[in-house]
Amino acid sequence: MNAIKFLYAAYIATWLIHAFYLGTLARRFKRLHRQLKELGKE
Amino acid sequence: MNKLFSFLATLTAFLLVYGLYQALVAAPTERTMGDVQRIFYYHVPSAWTAFCLFFTNLIASIVYLVRRNIKADALAVASAEVGVVFCTIVLVTGPIWARPVWGIWWTWDLRLTTTLVLWLIYVSYLVLRRFSDTAQTPILAAVLAVFGALDVPLVYFSIWFFRTQHPRPVMGGGGSLDPRMLHAFLINLLAFSCFGAMVCWARVRLELLRREVEEAHAMESLAGADAAGAKPSLPLNRSSR
Repeated sequence: MNAIKFLYAAYIATWLIHAFYLGTLARRFKRLHRQLKELGKE
Repeated sequence: MNKLFSFLATLTAFLLVYGLYQALVAAPTERTMGDVQRIFYYHVPSAWTAFCLFFTNLIASIVYLVRRNIKADALAVASAEVGVVFCTIVLVTGPIWARPVWGIWWTWDLRLTTTLVLWLIYVSYLVLRRFSDTAQTPILAAVLAVFGALDVPLVYFSIWFFRTQHPRPVMGGGGSLDPRMLHAFLINLLAFSCFGAMVCWARVRLELLRREVEEAHAMESLAGADAAGAKPSLPLNRSSR
């Protein structure tokens, strides 16, 4: 494995972690909005 | 508020793209490490952002302890969670950078170990917030946050006071940085700081929304119990956390 692959690995890992976290945030927002709707507050 | 958020999010996305271009294309290749040194443009800004978020967590926790302010508590949870995400990136990109440069993925030197301990402290904080739901939980979490924050200066100054495998910073450590490298670094520092702030803002909104849902559930239970003439139960919507 040459050095450039380590560089790509670091950058890809960074954005994968961010994408995963932003995905969980979006999912949680969606679930809460749905629950609020069910409770008749929206 | 939504318009301001969208505008700032767009600006942050632009900064991140420009930062990526600066880091991978515009910044010159470092002489000794080669291209792998470009990890620096993500590793250090991620660490800086994590420190800022943990500092925010400390301030919000103190405000909560003094004033019992709900918004301060929401900010404390949000900043700890987003801080852990950035700290995870530091702990992932660090070993990826270390392997080709030091020849090892990890060593138990003071900088690396204190960073891992810092991550574990804030993961413990989040576990406490997630799995304990008594009235005392926010207070206990705030106290844990105050003690946990003591590790931040230990992480930062560990490379100044002890001999470690981890190098001292180039800036402020007697070295100098090529102006193009400095530009790429500062752009990424700004981009990651803005990104961290935006994600934290979104997480605060999520936390406040979660509390609103919990409150609505509790009110619904109370109304149901009043109608039935029974003792109310207050279901907490844990799956929403």
